[in-house]
Amino acid sequence: MNNLERMKRFHQAKWNEPIIYEISEPGARAVLVPGPCCECTSAEEAVASLPSAMLRKESPKLPEVAQLQLVRHYNHLSQENIGVDGNIDIGQGTCTMKYNPKVNERLAGDAKLSEMHPLQPEGTAQGILELFYRTGELFKEISGLDVFSMQPGGGSHGVLALASIVRAYWRDMGEENKRDEIITTLFSHPADCAVPIVKGYKVTIIQPDAEGYPDIEAFKAAVSDHTAAIFFTNPEDTGIFNVRIKEFTRIAHERGILCCYDQANANGLLGVTRTVEADFDMSFFNLHKTFGAPHGCGGPATGMVAAKKELRPYMPVPLVEHSPEKGYYLDFDLPKSCGKIKSFWGIAPVVVKAYSWIMSLGAEGLREVSRVAVLNNNYCMKKILAIRGASISFPNHRPRVEQARYSWQKLKEDTGFGTADVQRCVADFGTHYWSSHEPWVIPEPFTIEPSESYSKQDLDDYTAVLAEIARMCYEEPEAVRRAPVNSTVHHIDHDYFDDPAKYAITWRAYNKKYKGYFEPR
Amino acid sequence: MKVGFLINPVAGMGGKVALKGTDGEDILRRALELGAEPAAGARAEEAVKAFAESAGDCLFYSPSGVMGADLLKKYGIRTEPLFEPSAHTTPADTKRAAKMMLERGVALIVFAGGDGTARDVCAVVGESVPVVGIPAGVKIHSAVYAKRPGAAGILVGRFLLGLAKRFASAEVVDIDEEAFRDNVVRARLYGYMKVPDDREFMQDRKIGSGGTAAEEAAELAAYVAGCMEPGTLYLVGSGSTTMRLLERLEVDGTLLGVDAVMDGRLAGRDLTEAEIKKLLAGIERERRALIVTVIGGQGHIFGRGNQQLSPDVIRMIPKENITVIATPAKMAQLFGKSLIVDTGDSSLDEELQGYFPVVTGRARKIMVKIS
Repeated sequence: MNNLERMKRFHQAKWNEPIIYEISEPGARAVLVPGPCCECTSAEEAVASLPSAMLRKESPKLPEVAQLQLVRHYNHLSQENIGVDGNIDIGQGTCTMKYNPKVNERLAGDAKLSEMHPLQPEGTAQGILELFYRTGELFKEISGLDVFSMQPGGGSHGVLALASIVRAYWRDMGEENKRDEIITTLFSHPADCAVPIVKGYKVTIIQPDAEGYPDIEAFKAAVSDHTAAIFFTNPEDTGIFNVRIKEFTRIAHERGILCCYDQANANGLLGVTRTVEADFDMSFFNLHKTFGAPHGCGGPATGMVAAKKELRPYMPVPLVEHSPEKGYYLDFDLPKSCGKIKSFWGIAPVVVKAYSWIMSLGAEGLREVSRVAVLNNNYCMKKILAIRGASISFPNHRPRVEQARYSWQKLKEDTGFGTADVQRCVADFGTHYWSSHEPWVIPEPFTIEPSESYSKQDLDDYTAVLAEIARMCYEEPEAVRRAPVNSTVHHIDHDYFDDPAKYAITWRAYNKKYKGYFEPR
Repeated sequence: MKVGFLINPVAGMGGKVALKGTDGEDILRRALELGAEPAAGARAEEAVKAFAESAGDCLFYSPSGVMGADLLKKYGIRTEPLFEPSAHTTPADTKRAAKMMLERGVALIVFAGGDGTARDVCAVVGESVPVVGIPAGVKIHSAVYAKRPGAAGILVGRFLLGLAKRFASAEVVDIDEEAFRDNVVRARLYGYMKVPDDREFMQDRKIGSGGTAAEEAAELAAYVAGCMEPGTLYLVGSGSTTMRLLERLEVDGTLLGVDAVMDGRLAGRDLTEAEIKKLLAGIERERRALIVTVIGGQGHIFGRGNQQLSPDVIRMIPKENITVIATPAKMAQLFGKSLIVDTGDSSLDEELQGYFPVVTGRARKIMVKIS
């Protein structure tokens, strides 16, 4: 079987699936809840004891569906997904797609955890507190930093936590109003230039020099007494590791500027280099992605923040601490804290999965993860650069760390087909290719990150797909124009989705733009 | 679909014989005497080759003979001749063709030529219909031209297949004839035309952000307008990005001129260098500010399209009060390039060198090298 034959010839199941409310039938039930036994209070009695102002005027409009129809509905939806368990996900560049071991899902789903409540007295939650504490201890080794908070619910949320700590620090120093600028780099995580603006900062972006490194001369011109902090990702989204990073942190520290390290691209660095080695004061790590928990997709993830002990007073509350007298406890006594970033103390299932993943690998295992991720990436790079029409950003810069940003510019010039056309074709091979390469400055970009989970066979198969598509662009343009033919959905009008007059990402925005069912106002 | 197509057959002839173009009959005559050969037709053919297959039953309107119809017919494209051009074609032929195309309601105008040709088309068409320029001239400063004839053809093909849905304003730039008469070769901004935006700009749908060039410019204008301080006189340079700012301030400024704004009101419109100096003289130094944008594909901030901002004027304004604004899309086009200052005064150009913050959006700057 050759590489292309192995790739499945369809992308996903196609169900013309109604939404759950459309299959709702009055009176249908998936589960019959038993009535109260003799010594329990009935639900009605419990509700009656609440103040009337807190009561709904009518029952919530929940869908009413029988169990079989319910199971079928969600099964259909799951079959319309594409994910790491059924697919080679290396095209989701800069997203560190890796296998999430099933045993960790079992641990996180265990009743010992799932039946807990975050407001339980500390004395009854020693186990999970210990697990949070120990996870922090592991990260002392991984990062060299001293204090940890698992509160943030994702990577960008981790950046928000860092920006909040920066603000709390300068408030304490009495320079909050003067220090109102943040410096980041063009190929740092896009969140690094977006999120600090939410905290009221102005952001200055440093472009790369001809080699692909952040331009140190531009950086020197940008730092001033108004700079509050720098937010750098390293390696950047191009896969280039800034070898002069310590010079940047030195220049920043000379002016009293805080240095924040976005460790979203840490998958090639574990056990190889630590945050403190580059003289950073703070960082965040993705416990999802990098440490084996599934992607959060804007929800249940963890962008754990880590800092030097000098910055402990400004960390989000509460911190998980331990003392011989108190055992494990939550420390709320941080008067200069930046406050709470998220409710309670973090998303426990993600922490459990990450802890379990790290413990199963050990120190040597983590280093091996990074070594294999880097090896996979550079193997892929060799295969991709042999494809006609493909090139890499900053071509005289090789090897790369754990990912690389490429370009189809030559393909576009030769055939008129660019990265969007390639993306449409990829669906025909049952795999996936991402289209988010912010900032959109490398022409016709694509980003590939083969983490340690993929075998040589997987990498051969995936790159063979790219090579086949490039061949089609040169030799069978009509086939490319028709693609995707094996997908459930064909040409999508992207402009429709990009039209601000049409899209609504919040309920409020929807109500502003539409009345009834997508009827424009 | 109806499409207009024209070739400026004399474009590009001056190049091989070391003339700076073929604008004007004297130069053209000299070019012919020096043995120049027409090159525009061959360049246009490269483009037509690339889109002929996509032409289907589209109807092309084109002047007869070497101005386009011959070439289209050679590739079997449905063509309706517009008129018989004069033996030695002139800008009047280009303008006449463009005018007739508009009258026939074309959806796109394709032209092969140089900066002079773009100017002639722009004078008639402006931003009323999209255009694609096939580079065939000696001087190509204008952003309305594709990088290569083949690329122009691919772009036209995409348009004919209905794949080009976004459009961006692109500069028409040409040698400043007044300066040229004084032996100074300097380009000037003559206007804007609409071109298909070929970059399938797919935003990260995870966050549901969308941004067309127009929204980026509107956001930028809103932010810059909000940062303007009372009691300060702002000179606003030429260009479409700075024009958005004037529109945001609801003042009646000019696209190609330099205007002045103070306390939200227009303090001067389409000013000459002398008028600007007079205006600045009445304001204390720290209260003088200047907002300019980046012009054209090469990244000029001074010396292109804003000669009114002379070295003397620039020196009257503190360097920290000069703000350069540009949309992220524009900066992406210039990625990897430096910005250019060409004030006509080399010592001032030297002073302006180094790194300059370019404001690209709300609370966002990017450090760019100036050379």
